[in-house]
Amino acid sequence: MKILFSYFIFPGFLFSAFVGLMAGWVDRKVTARLQWRHGPPWHQNFTDIIKLFGKETILPKDARSTFLVSPYLGLLGLVLAATILGQAIFFEADGFTADLIVLIYLMSIPAIALIIGASSAGNPLASVGASREMKLLLGYELPFILSVVTVIIKSHGVTRLSEILIRQAALGSNVFSLSGGIAFVVALLCMQAKLGFVPFDMAEADQEIMGGALIEYSGIPLAVFKLTKAVLLATVPLFLIVLFLGRNTGPFFLFVKFIMILTVAILIKNTNPRVRIDQALRFFWRRLTVFAIIALGLAVFGL
Amino acid sequence: MDIRLKALTRSIWAFHVSAGSCNNCDIEILDCFTPRFDVERFGIQLIGSVRHADALVITGAMNRKSVPRMKKIYEQAPKPCVVVAVGQCALSRHMFRYSYNCDEPLDKILPVDVYIPGCPPKPEAMIAGIMKLVDKVRSHK
Repeated sequence: MKILFSYFIFPGFLFSAFVGLMAGWVDRKVTARLQWRHGPPWHQNFTDIIKLFGKETILPKDARSTFLVSPYLGLLGLVLAATILGQAIFFEADGFTADLIVLIYLMSIPAIALIIGASSAGNPLASVGASREMKLLLGYELPFILSVVTVIIKSHGVTRLSEILIRQAALGSNVFSLSGGIAFVVALLCMQAKLGFVPFDMAEADQEIMGGALIEYSGIPLAVFKLTKAVLLATVPLFLIVLFLGRNTGPFFLFVKFIMILTVAILIKNTNPRVRIDQALRFFWRRLTVFAIIALGLAVFGL
Repeated sequence: MDIRLKALTRSIWAFHVSAGSCNNCDIEILDCFTPRFDVERFGIQLIGSVRHADALVITGAMNRKSVPRMKKIYEQAPKPCVVVAVGQCALSRHMFRYSYNCDEPLDKILPVDVYIPGCPPKPEAMIAGIMKLVDKVRSHK
């Protein structure tokens, strides 16, 4: 009973979807204000989801059975990640050993679900989107995992989120050391790609490949993909807060830090053009991986 | 009132179809999304794929090449989906009325819900037209 409650309601689905949809509204509103527009009302993302639930679901002629299954797969995996993360933040005793590693795996499930769904849609533009998403996933996972490993080394090999939090509460946030700072910047840029925000949104480029991976989706599956994106927008910044800014995780500080990370992501999104997939890969593998390895080395020497 | 219908009128995703227009109406449609008019206030967005569309915004006189494609695009859109005819050409074929290439006006091909006249129509006229449709849908229950 308690497990179901925490999966579907409090740190799990309802809570993280609400936070994510509100964060999505903050994104749209700040973008609008930066472009000197007025922007949508606060309930706009909720309205979009409700509307999509009322629309017709079209099954393309060439679609395979995984077309309709994959959105739910992605959402279920991601909600599990949101639940584990929320348990570690709000109920410290409920964590388990090595939940950090489980979390890294679970957070890449939405991208895999998107790839499976797009490649079974039978549309050439969708398969272009799927191949780009796959290359991007290979690109950003390496520096992201290296920066997570930096945190693990800094906390002397602990892979349990609540212990990482306790250690930061005693010794100060990880971001305020040299290696932690570098790893934080690397993880922030990887978050941009994980969320599919603008310099790295080539998998869903609206103007270029007409929605890319999502091109054939309509109605409820599209709503589920939008919800997955919303939950991801709540989960990944919280994950970064736990790893790098975990000194004080009271509700007020959590809110301020969340808004701060979100604002940085939105500002990067609004001041950069979309890069090509080869430029993105070069950026992740040649630049960010080098920085992540430097951070790793510094962490080994205790800096 | 049905909550889905209410949500539909609050978040219209528009798909822009050009059926051989001279580009003036298209530019005016894009004007609606600029800071001065900003229809994102009403939840209206321009989207790339017709599978996400709630409204087909059609400009231009229907020529023989574009009519079958127009029908195909309308069939691909998920219902409920409205059709908005923008500009004099889409309404009545305007100066191409006696052309060999433009057989029939748009409302003989697709069920049109809103007509927005003008050559090209002002962005204010388009917003007023869309809002009239929203009011009509809401009062109709």
